[in-house]
Parts: sequence; C-alpha cells; structure tokens
Amino acid sequence: MEELSKTRIWVLRAMFLAFVIIGWELSSGRLASEFFISRPSAIAQMFWEWTLSGKIFYHGAITLLEALSGFLLGGLIGMVIGVWLGRAQLVAEVLDPFIMMFYSLPKVALAPLFVLWFGIGIDMKILLTATIVFFLVFLNTYTGVRAVSREQIAILRLMGANERHVLFKVVLPSAVTWVFTGLRLSVPYALIGAIVGELIASNRGLGYLLADSAGQFDTTGVFTALIGIMAMAFCLNAAVKLIEIRAMPWRETNSKREMSI
Amino acid sequence: MTEQAGSKGHVPLIEFRGVGKRFTVKGEPLQAVRDIDLKVREGEILTLVGPSGCGKSTLLNMAAGLFEATEGEVIYRGAPVKPYNNSVGYMTQSDHLLPWRDVIGNIAIPLEIKGLPKAQVVARVEELMETVGLTGFGRSYPNQLSGGMRKRCALARLLAYDPETLLMDEPFAALDAMLRMRMQIEIRALCRRLGKTVMFVTHDLDEAVAIGDRCVVFTGRPGTIERVVDVPLPPDRDILQLRKDRDYQEITATLWDVLAPAVGMGD
Repeated sequence: MEELSKTRIWVLRAMFLAFVIIGWELSSGRLASEFFISRPSAIAQMFWEWTLSGKIFYHGAITLLEALSGFLLGGLIGMVIGVWLGRAQLVAEVLDPFIMMFYSLPKVALAPLFVLWFGIGIDMKILLTATIVFFLVFLNTYTGVRAVSREQIAILRLMGANERHVLFKVVLPSAVTWVFTGLRLSVPYALIGAIVGELIASNRGLGYLLADSAGQFDTTGVFTALIGIMAMAFCLNAAVKLIEIRAMPWRETNSKREMSI
Repeated sequence: MTEQAGSKGHVPLIEFRGVGKRFTVKGEPLQAVRDIDLKVREGEILTLVGPSGCGKSTLLNMAAGLFEATEGEVIYRGAPVKPYNNSVGYMTQSDHLLPWRDVIGNIAIPLEIKGLPKAQVVARVEELMETVGLTGFGRSYPNQLSGGMRKRCALARLLAYDPETLLMDEPFAALDAMLRMRMQIEIRALCRRLGKTVMFVTHDLDEAVAIGDRCVVFTGRPGTIERVVDVPLPPDRDILQLRKDRDYQEITATLWDVLAPAVGMGD
C-alpha cells in the first residue's frame, strides 16, 4: 500500500513535469515570442553543448567554490560565536541590539562595499556569502545553546559534571538540531551570495554566465544557466540533508516510529 | 552535630533545621514551605506525601543543593549543603534522558564524567541494564522506549554513579497502576539491597505507605510538615499483597484523615 502510493506520486510528478515542458515547447513561438521564453529543446541542446565543452563545469565549479567556501567560513564562525554568546550571558545582552540591527540589513546590500574593500575577485564573493551564512547559523546556534534544558544540566551537575562536561555532553549535542536548521536554511542563501557577487562584478561563474547571456539577449543561455544553478542548489540541499541524518541518528528513528498520540 | 541525632540511635544523614523557602513569582513573594524540621536517617526510605504544590519537591531541591533555603539550613552529613550535592541522585517525573544518546549512552554518562576507562564503562553499563531489566535495549533511543523502560533507563543512570542518597520526585506518576506497582516493588528491593537512603515524594498516599519506612505528611500552602509516622510494615513486605494487610489498611486510613482536610481546602 505504502509502496504503491509512492510510485503513483512519482508517476504523477513525472506527468506534471512533462506537461509543463511540453506546454512550454508548444507555446514557444505561438503564444509568446521565442526570443523571450526560448524553448526547452533549445535549452536542453545548449545544456548538452555546455556539458560537452565543459563550460558548465568550469563556471559551476567557480560558483560552487565560492558558495562552499563562504558556507563553511560563515557557518564555522557562526557556530563558534553562537556557542560563545549562548554561554556568555552578559556579552550577549550587551551585543543583542547591534546584532539584530545588522541582522535586519539585507546582506546583499553590502556587495558594493565588499567590491570596494576586497575587489572583484573570488574572495569578495566568498566573504559576501560568509556574511550571509554567518547570521543564519549564528542565530540558530545561539538559540539552540540558550534553549538547552536547565534540568538536564542540573542532573549532570549532580553527577559531578564540570563546565566542560556540560558543554560537550549536553549543550553542544542539544544545539546540533538548531545548528543544522541554520545550515539547511543557509544553503540557498550561500548560492544567493555567490551569484549576486558574480552578477555585480565577475568574469567567471554561473552568475557571470547568466549576466553574460542576458547581455547578449540570449534567453536560451539565461535559462540554461538558471538550470545549472538550480541543479547545484538541489545537490547542496541533498548533501546537507545526508549529513544531517548521519549526525543525528535519533532524529530519524523519531520520524520512523509508529505514531501514538 | 551527631549527638542531637534522632531517637533509636540513628544518625541523621540529612537534616532540615527550621527551613523555609520563598520564591519570587512575577514580582510577588511566594512562600513555598515554612518551619520544616526533619531528620532523614541513613538507610531509610522516607516518603513525603501531600497535595500537589505544597512544597515537597522544594525540600528535595534544597537537599540536592539546586537552591538555598531562605530561612534555616539544610545539613548533609554534618555540613551545610552547597550547590550541587554530589552525594545525591535525582529522579523526577520526567526522566531527562538525553534524546541524542541511546540507552547505553545515557547510562554511561555518569561513568564518563567520572573518567572511567572505556572497557569498564561498557561492562558496568551491561551490568546495570541487567539490574533494571533493560538487557537487549541498549541501542534504542529514548523516543523508542515505553514510559516504563525510560524510567528503568533513568534509574540505571542514577545507579551508575552510585550516590548514597536517592531523591525521587514522583518518579512513577506517569505510569499505569500495574507498572507502577512493579516499579515500587523493584525500587524498594533495590534500595534495600544497595543500602540507599531515599527521599521519595509522592501525592499518592498508598504509594507513600507501600514504599516507605517512615512517612511524612505535608499540608497546606505554604507547605509544612503535619505529621511524621513510622510505617508499621516489615522491611521485606510484599507490596503486591498489601491491600489485604490489616496494618496497611489502618495506617492508610489514619493518614487519610490527616490529609483529607487539606485536600478539601485546596479550592
């Protein structure tokens, strides 16, 4: 029963996708000018060409490098500072309004400043991405550390636990769930950072391909670059999900167990 | 200190001397308990019974050193209790198991804190799982366990660091009647065998009498001790057959008369 409904869902999904693609193909040149919406067959062909020539991999790798480095850098710093502020109440209290002020600033607005500071090279994109990711991971880690059950800490204290025990056996593991929420939220934002950086100033990367194609009024190229970006985002999301399952085995059993109210 | 110990030559392990505790709730002072004078003898199972919210748990928290008394003092082995009394183990209604650790991992925590070598930890955990009847469930996570098994796991964790005193705050309140009775039998047998001193808080009079060597009856808000009675049942009592025991019926009836007015006053 379970399996049957699953295959059915996949069949329906495939049908939906086919419907959209065929509808797009047919309306191209009839309902709307091909100049504006291109056509799936042309996009597929260009994607294939870019794959054969390695163009998509070259630019994809640049974007991936930027997004991944920024993701790791921002994520790492976010986790460390999140844990630190989560434990240091006074500092957190003092810094709170400033952090929230900076948090509410759309980080891509910093891009021009970053160009001034770091130039138009790859490091500008990495730092922009890191700034965006930092806040998401930091805030989630901070919340996670603060949300640790005080009772659990007290119980460990009664067992004779010291500060280090409490940190490594209760605080950090219980914050892991929150950290991963932050990391998962960050994936699309990491790509935003990298792509926006490339759109503003670059000669490499998927964002550059996008801007370059648009500059030449090559709609097919734009769509192909978009699909490349989408594929990368999908892979990154899947990777984080996989790591999440590995890092939190107790979570999986939670969703697998029989429901009881 | 010890010369003013209780009667029958017992040395009090825990002593409450004129203890009162006030909390501040939303800016309003709230007296939780007042005028508590109580001596807990080493090796006894002392049950504290009374309506909910009369400050029984407050006593346990003070004995554990989680917070200080506002008035009077709490003495443990002749010295005032300081924050985190490592001689006591605490078990509450919610078991506070760590959800990211399986049964083995949870039981191992106190041993890891002690810094035991890995091989010893494994051996000891195996032993404890057998003691509490959890053999075969070592790799299950808390969310896969039933309420009774979670209690067993929390109990094993408690026994793992072998505190001389166990503080139990309605540990079995969430269990069904049958399971509860089984846990009562096991906990009594276990504590007798290991020579633990126990302070056991419950709102259930029957449970208080069934488990306890002595029973402290609490009343009122702020809570205070209404009466302390010796439970006239043999140490090796058969909890399953207590319902038919004349002494048991008598003492529960007597205590009920003490408690009943307090219940009525509740609202």
